[in-house]
Amino acid sequence: MWDNLLILVQAPIFNLQLLVDGILIGAVFALAAYGMALVWGVMNIINIAQGEFVILGGFVTWWLASKGMNPFLGIPASFIVLFVVGWIIYKIVIRRVVDQDLFISILATFGISILLQQLMNLVFDSDVRTVESGLGTYFMLDNTITVAEIKVVGFVLAIALGLTLGAFMTKSKIGQAIRATAQNARAARILGINTDRVYAVTYSLNAAICGSAGALVVMTWNVQAFQGLAYTVRSFMIVVVAGVGNLPAVVISALGLGALENFAGFILGIEFQMAFIFSLLVVILVWRNFRLKKHRQVLR
Amino acid sequence: MNWPPNNKVLYGTLLIVAVLAPILFPNYQAQMAYMWLMVVLAMTWDIQGGQMGYNSFGNIIFFGIGMYTTAVVQRAMFFNFDDYEQTAGTLHAITASDYVTSLVVGGAGSAILCVIVAVVLGSAVLGLRGHYFAICTLGLGIAAGEIAGGIDFIGAGSGMVTPVFPDGLGEKGLFFYIIFFTLAVLCHFTLKKLYAGRFGLTLNAIRDDEDKAEAMGLRTTRYKSVAWAVSAFFLGIAGGAMGNLIGYIDPIDTAFAGSTFGVWMVLMAILGGKGTIWGPVIGAIIFHITQELLWTLLFGWQRVALGAIIVAIVVFFPQGIMGFIRDRWPHLMGQTVDKSLTADKSKEGAA
Repeated sequence: MWDNLLILVQAPIFNLQLLVDGILIGAVFALAAYGMALVWGVMNIINIAQGEFVILGGFVTWWLASKGMNPFLGIPASFIVLFVVGWIIYKIVIRRVVDQDLFISILATFGISILLQQLMNLVFDSDVRTVESGLGTYFMLDNTITVAEIKVVGFVLAIALGLTLGAFMTKSKIGQAIRATAQNARAARILGINTDRVYAVTYSLNAAICGSAGALVVMTWNVQAFQGLAYTVRSFMIVVVAGVGNLPAVVISALGLGALENFAGFILGIEFQMAFIFSLLVVILVWRNFRLKKHRQVLR
Repeated sequence: MNWPPNNKVLYGTLLIVAVLAPILFPNYQAQMAYMWLMVVLAMTWDIQGGQMGYNSFGNIIFFGIGMYTTAVVQRAMFFNFDDYEQTAGTLHAITASDYVTSLVVGGAGSAILCVIVAVVLGSAVLGLRGHYFAICTLGLGIAAGEIAGGIDFIGAGSGMVTPVFPDGLGEKGLFFYIIFFTLAVLCHFTLKKLYAGRFGLTLNAIRDDEDKAEAMGLRTTRYKSVAWAVSAFFLGIAGGAMGNLIGYIDPIDTAFAGSTFGVWMVLMAILGGKGTIWGPVIGAIIFHITQELLWTLLFGWQRVALGAIIVAIVVFFPQGIMGFIRDRWPHLMGQTVDKSLTADKSKEGAA
């Protein structure tokens, strides 16, 4: 651990490498976190199955690529497939738990998460999967920094997708209906908005966003059936730090988390990276709660 | 709660069944030992999940800590560290009395350590409410497994071996059957005693409205920590014994087994009916028997089924078996029904 820290001090260029890599992957976290904030804000549900949607999106892309399709077409394909999956899950399960207390909805999404995770394990095996994007690598600053082209492309695509979604939420009719429902579901219903439909679209849209994030993940990184929970926890952390309705903060904290995670993985060793993420979650929550406690409030 | 109407008959019958079962079915002693373990797991989860209204997905950490502590204590008492590592615990068989002593000392150590961990962690984590607590404990459970998998002292990712079960203690299955049965009985009566008094009422007050409970002057975080410590106490001992029953501790698959025991304890408690004293017991027994009988028929789809069952129970049957009985035949639970209020009553029961 100290050796690795020493490397960072002696060769500062490594810091830049880790930072760039981390920020580039952070954009994907931002997408998943944005979806979680959407469902949280509109439906008051914490979707524990979030990470499974990401992984499923990755597997869809991997499967299509193995059938000879261009992996970049996997992004819209995963979007559509996951939209349908989200819609089905909403119709069967989520619709029945939207109005109930959090105790029920969190257990229900927890069950969905286990269901999807084990289903993917059976269908796609427990192997780690990745897709070759066929893009090259940039070498910068006298070859001291290497950046895979796909990471940059993934970053740009993630940002583009985020901006499109932002525009969709403010400009389109259904986006406005979603925001109205988030503000006051009862008033929205009185004004003739079909909130059940809004919920369905919100949940499916969330699944679809996660799906295309997963398509980016499988090209830049890799996916495995049991990695889902890490993405759920990352999204949750990002939303907790940024706040539910604050999109710029979500993006910034996602990029920050990506960088932080990359540094931690390098310093502590890759085997502790998961431990770091989950411990960081505990630390963040306890710290936030501790700060609020001074004002005699709690996280809600 | 006056149910069952006659405790002596019920407890007498259960005791006779519990004593006769391993004698009548000697081939299934180990499976029945597992069953009592499941009962303990479900009952301890229900302290948080049912009585206190806190979804804890991380109670498994105490199970794992107990398992490792007992194994480490046993190793420290009778073995040279290096020998033990190299021969994987098989070289030296220890005598029966040493084994029992080490198990008792290890169990006590696990219980104490788990209580300490619960109080220390609890003072920080239990300040969180609702979904924050749920996801925080989910993170804790996984972080514990990942961290344990990186510590060389406890075998890191390749796990630890517990001492070989010695000759002279009879059947291994029966030995652990007695341990887990005793633990389940102790746990049941402890919880019964606790729920009957102020403590149980406080937990229920926290579940129903924590802000009001606090406004009434109850030190809620303190009560929650104590409740978690009670869970941790029993889980620690159960984990220690479980490590010895399995004989091998893997950090993620047996000790901090979030995907098996960690999920099962939630499922069993809500299946039986959370927030009742007999619910988790019934849920655990039904779940375990179903699992033993039907699980192999599912050909690898068991864990998929597990997720589906959780969703189905939570969505369609949230009150559980005991809750269903309470709604359907309230007089069995010693609740009298005012006929004019029946419609409201059924709603109350479901909440």
